[in-house]
Amino acid sequence: MSDQNKDQVGTTGHKWDEDLEEYNNPLPKWWVWVFYITIIWGIGYTIAYPAWPMIERATPGLLGYSSRAEVAADIAAVDAANAPINARLEATELTEIEADADLNTYANNAGRAVFQTFCAQCHGSGAQGAKGYPNLLDDDWLWGGDIAAIHETVSYGIRNDQSDMARYSEMPAFGEILEEDEIDQVVNYVLALSGQAPNDATLVDAGEEVYLSSCAACHADDGSGDTDQGAPNLADAIWLYGGDYDTVKATVTNSRYGVMPAWDTRLSEAEIRAVAAYVHQLGGGQ
Amino acid sequence: MTNTLKLVALAAVTLFAMMAINFARDLSYQVHAIIVMLVAGGLFIIHVRRIGEPAGPAPTGYMDDVVRYGVIATAFWGVVGFLAGTFIAFQLAFPVLNFEWAEGYANFGRLRPLHTSAVIFAFGGNALLATSFYIVQRTCAVRLWGGNLAWFVFWGYQLFIVLAATGYLLGGTQSKEYAEPEWYVDLWLTIVWVSYLLVFMGTVIMRKERHIYVANWFFMAFIITVAMLHVVNNLSVPVSIWGSKSVIVWAGVADAMVQWWYGHNAVGFFLTAGFLGMMYYFVPKQAERPVFSYKLSIVHFWALIFLYIWAGPHHLHYTALPDWASTLGMVFSVVLWMPSWGGMINGLMTLSGAWDKLRTDPIIRMMVISIGFYGMSTFEGPMMSIKAVNSLSHYTDWTIGHVHSGALGWNGMITFGALYFLTPKLWNKAGLYSLKLVNWHFWLATIGIVLYAASMWVTGIMEGLMWREVDANGFLVNSFADTVAAKFPMYVVRGLGGVMYLLGSLIMVYNLWMTVKAAPAKAEASAAVPAE
Repeated sequence: MSDQNKDQVGTTGHKWDEDLEEYNNPLPKWWVWVFYITIIWGIGYTIAYPAWPMIERATPGLLGYSSRAEVAADIAAVDAANAPINARLEATELTEIEADADLNTYANNAGRAVFQTFCAQCHGSGAQGAKGYPNLLDDDWLWGGDIAAIHETVSYGIRNDQSDMARYSEMPAFGEILEEDEIDQVVNYVLALSGQAPNDATLVDAGEEVYLSSCAACHADDGSGDTDQGAPNLADAIWLYGGDYDTVKATVTNSRYGVMPAWDTRLSEAEIRAVAAYVHQLGGGQ
Repeated sequence: MTNTLKLVALAAVTLFAMMAINFARDLSYQVHAIIVMLVAGGLFIIHVRRIGEPAGPAPTGYMDDVVRYGVIATAFWGVVGFLAGTFIAFQLAFPVLNFEWAEGYANFGRLRPLHTSAVIFAFGGNALLATSFYIVQRTCAVRLWGGNLAWFVFWGYQLFIVLAATGYLLGGTQSKEYAEPEWYVDLWLTIVWVSYLLVFMGTVIMRKERHIYVANWFFMAFIITVAMLHVVNNLSVPVSIWGSKSVIVWAGVADAMVQWWYGHNAVGFFLTAGFLGMMYYFVPKQAERPVFSYKLSIVHFWALIFLYIWAGPHHLHYTALPDWASTLGMVFSVVLWMPSWGGMINGLMTLSGAWDKLRTDPIIRMMVISIGFYGMSTFEGPMMSIKAVNSLSHYTDWTIGHVHSGALGWNGMITFGALYFLTPKLWNKAGLYSLKLVNWHFWLATIGIVLYAASMWVTGIMEGLMWREVDANGFLVNSFADTVAAKFPMYVVRGLGGVMYLLGSLIMVYNLWMTVKAAPAKAEASAAVPAE
């Protein structure tokens, strides 16, 4: 086309701002045809699928398609395919899952998927945890690390308002109970207990007295903790919130109150068992 | 008389703003009340000092001062918006850039709407204001209608931008994408926008040319439709006149539908129709060729504005939206393909017979690549609206890449071309300070866009596939965090693309500045008078 335009078609004769003109070229044929084809396709598509709103409801379309029905069918198909093995998972004793090779493979795959979807937000996608969220790879367990304990924790959660069965305990905020110097003493003792150098070695002995009268009831005389109450072991090098002087002092002063939701209302029993088996076998299970 | 009224009104606004500062229920509202008090109070003082000054003769000729201010504002907000975008791109790649000391003000969530509004409404909006005021005067051969109303539109719009931007940082947002400003900012924008409509329509009605030039059709469609979209999507009831919080009148999926009817047509009428108006003036002007086809411009104009308004539901495929609305949104989006391409054909074919200019004129090159990106994104858009494609692309970075090939490629490049065209004309210079720098800008921006779009295609399709990957038992294979980790390298590439685009814009600002400061003046006297 190009240069011949001017001779062949000429302009519309309108002129603006000294030199703005328009050629009288026809619509490009391919453009018109593709436009027509999309319109015809569009009409066909709206006949085949739900489309035009009427008074009562929209036209349902000749194919009877529904996106919700499609999703429901997909989910139902997966559920049906997994139904037998899910039933087996629910019927098997928790402690015997690991011994059943097929079942254990399935439980680990399903458990991993559940974990990545629902648990990874807090515990990390590698289950490594984060500050305030327990690492699930080690053998240090707040509420017990055998598979039954893990199953219970997942089902009902920790210190939540959702479930009456939630595991519950509450550490007092010792800032309101102990004197400032007593807190300094006991923090130094806890540092020594966990094998760290205390800030002020002269306070350790006094700290032991405070510890035995105020802390030992839950954390045990030797600092090994108590999984019945979710009281952490203070004698090892693993810390949920941090083991340095300032963090331990903040914990003693203000206490901590970690919460985990209950999952028994959102996950099926088979899913909970699967994720319990998965977490149990991550490395630290007892 | 009008002066007295003005003084009374300004005094009343100042007083009200003072009360608002006192009663303010939240920080965003309070800061805004301070800004309003300073602006109204300042104007009051200026007006009082001018009392008794004799009014000069009514100005004649084209009203180009406001266009000059618009050009400066466009360049300024452009750099601000690109800078914010580049920074938040790196925030996504390196979360440590969400500084703890700035938490609650400069974290990604607060800066993201600042970036989108800065580029769309501040950069794009000022470009549209400036070019539409310039073009409508030239193509109607009359001065802007309404006297100083055009100045009110310009400064009122800048005040809107400042209120919107500070509001985002301080948490004043109604959480509707691209419609974040709260109720009183919306009301102010409505007043400014209706004034804009009056100035533009007034000028078109008073025109001395028989026919309305095609660019003006697009500008009118843009101004009228944006007014309608803005009002309907922002219908809300303030919780208190002393606070920024408001409650939207729409509920549930109806609210979502209204929001994306607005959101998609903000793209359709703000970023497409308005910018087509720019294209229809600057491309034939710079190429010194007539527009390719008058018929095509008529047909594609009416098809475009009729179809665009129905396409919004494609943003809500596979949600609570009923299937029928989803179908219609998809069908109208696909049918929209050719009407969108009509603009591309008209733009590109206008250059037929002048293709050699691509070699010698970097400004034409900028406009051509802009039309190219327009064509690409208006093909990609209908494709992504198809449900099967959307089920993969939705919520992924593909969408971000699509938006940016349109925004950086089409809107950005055509605006740069317009700024390069306008600056010598408005400041009466023989030409630009340096065409070589335009060339640098062109290549930096183009490579920047390619890096941006390509990296977002890769991450978008990758994360879409990762999200839907299931094992033999139907269990999801990847966690969301896995996809975030996998995207990291592409996020860095995207950030680098942003740096190049930003660098290009800084070169442009320098070039325009030097054009005004140092380029030789045009030989003959300014011809900026309406043809009588």
